[in-house]
Amino acid sequence: MIRATHLPLLVTLGTFVLAYALCGYAYPAMLSTRVIANLLTDNAFIGIAAVGMTFVILSGGIDLSIGSIIAFTGVFLAVILRDTSLHPLVAFAIVLALTTCFGAAMGATIHYLEMPPFIVTLAGMFLARGAAYVLSTESVPITHEFYDTLQGLYWKVDGARFRLIGGVMVLTFIAGILIAHRTRFGQNVYALGGGEQAAKLMGVPVAQTTIGIYALSGGLAGLSGIVFSLYTSAGYSLATVGVELDAIAAVVIGGTLLTGGYGFVAGTFFGILIMGLIQTYIVFDGTLSSWWTKIVIGGLLFAFILLQKGLMWATQAKAGQAKRKKATGFAAHS
Amino acid sequence: MGPKPSLLKRILPQLIILAAALLLNVIVFPDFFQIDFRNGRLFGNLIDVLNRGAPVALLCIGMTLVIATKGIDLSVGAVMAISGAVAASTVVEGHGWGTALLAALLAGGLCGLWNGFLVAVLRIQPIVATLVLMVAGRGIAQLVTEGKILTFSNEGLIQLGSGTVFGLPTPILIWVVLGALVTFVVRRSALGMLIEAIGINERSSRLAGINSRVLLVCVYLLTGLCAALAGVIVAADIKGADANNAGLWLELDAILAVVIGGNSLLGGRFSIVASLLGALIIQSINSVILLSGMPPEFNLVIKAALILTILVIQSPRMGNLIYLIRATGPQPQPEATRARPKKEATQ
Repeated sequence: MIRATHLPLLVTLGTFVLAYALCGYAYPAMLSTRVIANLLTDNAFIGIAAVGMTFVILSGGIDLSIGSIIAFTGVFLAVILRDTSLHPLVAFAIVLALTTCFGAAMGATIHYLEMPPFIVTLAGMFLARGAAYVLSTESVPITHEFYDTLQGLYWKVDGARFRLIGGVMVLTFIAGILIAHRTRFGQNVYALGGGEQAAKLMGVPVAQTTIGIYALSGGLAGLSGIVFSLYTSAGYSLATVGVELDAIAAVVIGGTLLTGGYGFVAGTFFGILIMGLIQTYIVFDGTLSSWWTKIVIGGLLFAFILLQKGLMWATQAKAGQAKRKKATGFAAHS
Repeated sequence: MGPKPSLLKRILPQLIILAAALLLNVIVFPDFFQIDFRNGRLFGNLIDVLNRGAPVALLCIGMTLVIATKGIDLSVGAVMAISGAVAASTVVEGHGWGTALLAALLAGGLCGLWNGFLVAVLRIQPIVATLVLMVAGRGIAQLVTEGKILTFSNEGLIQLGSGTVFGLPTPILIWVVLGALVTFVVRRSALGMLIEAIGINERSSRLAGINSRVLLVCVYLLTGLCAALAGVIVAADIKGADANNAGLWLELDAILAVVIGGNSLLGGRFSIVASLLGALIIQSINSVILLSGMPPEFNLVIKAALILTILVIQSPRMGNLIYLIRATGPQPQPEATRARPKKEATQ
């Protein structure tokens, strides 16, 4: 049986299939594997960041810092590869450790100082963006043979190239799904989103989980930064402004409740694909201007929020009805 | 609401922080307080702080009330872009500046009504409801300007951004008058108390007979209007409407100003004066960084560090800690014990 909590995910899936069918009807070329491969490649960095954002939102929080962390990661990698002779893999490890610690520090501030995540991650956003400015205000190109090797990796299926970074995104999503549904940490995240007080009473380690969630989000933003630097071959401190909003939009369109507690990592994947599809359609059309992307995404966001609201009303009304029925039943017995 | 001494007590922390920020300004730039009167206009760094702080100050008048109702408005930056674009396009089409201002206010008011409708009638959480307009708003603004930066040369409209009234730059006059007006209306009537009641517990305030729905819509409407004014000022200042960058991240500055003003993000008691001081604190910090000649790359890092410090000092955990230290501190006790025997001795 379909549960009410699964409905948003199903609607997201339905929207994606419908949107893709419409696109395919208008432009048959959009059905090609090449378009699918590009969809994965172009949205890889935002998808990876959105996985972290899904965990944060599932726990009832929000992380505004990821766009800045992605930019910082890119600049950091570019500067380190330009000024030192470190191997990129070592640089990757350093930057991942840095961003994970940064996320953990934000989580600790949120938990121990009892400050709203909104404000803490806002300060984190300024801090990370500022750190990127301090490293370099100019766009720094990355020229390293290891980068060329990574960028050259692809899996060819009838003319379409599935590149490495698209694969990294898919793997991140699979790992995210496993963490959310198959580990104790994942269960704790859902419990925390359902209500902190209740979670505490059930024995959920709130401090550990909160810090873990923001560390995960920071770390994934770092990974997303690495992917972004592979995608653009440069580090620029003004890049990826507003990515956090796109990630939040993807999570909501993916059927996750912004109040926390309900949602699926897999839904976010389709949320990303829907947003990518809108962009691709606009490119294919050629006459529509780029700002329609924002308006359509805003409209979709609104539609999904309404849908979630409607579902909540429906379930509440049902629960109320059942309760009343029970009460009248008892009254009849006595 | 209360008598003057309580207001002074309420805004004392903000005044101290502002004084410290201004002191820093004087240290890095000794002539900071010097104000000249040239060509019928006041000049000086202090005037600049007041002038440049106008958009954030205007935004935080509305934002304070929204936050007092336990809400938040993320869309004000986007609304600024929309109203700036509407004002510019109206002027470019050949209408007067009055029509342009009205059109911009209408656009901002509509955006505010939309937010209010989502929050008060559809009962969507404010952070989510206003996110919709934050994402779509810049698209709408670009739709109005057709993707270009619309420039204009209408003297009347430009006067709003860079003109003067009695030697005082117009933006200062606008935010001071509007701030005073809203404070007066809210505090000389029961409105302020009703808004606080909604923020503390909406359900019980509704049971007490407050029409929370209408009041919430009005609060978001006012925020939209404030954002529209700020948008017009910013557009008039650069003589053009930039849909991509006008008001970018100003919603965050406005929220910060409200938080620095000591207003809780969880709603309830509020003070517009304190929020306005918060806006001035942010602007003074910007001014310190500019005047000190530090590389502009450090701007954001310094701002983030200062904001974190202020927030940590104001966080509830720190408040509890200070309270505990005061309550269990070793110093007051010996005094108390010493005082008692003395009293007994005199008796």
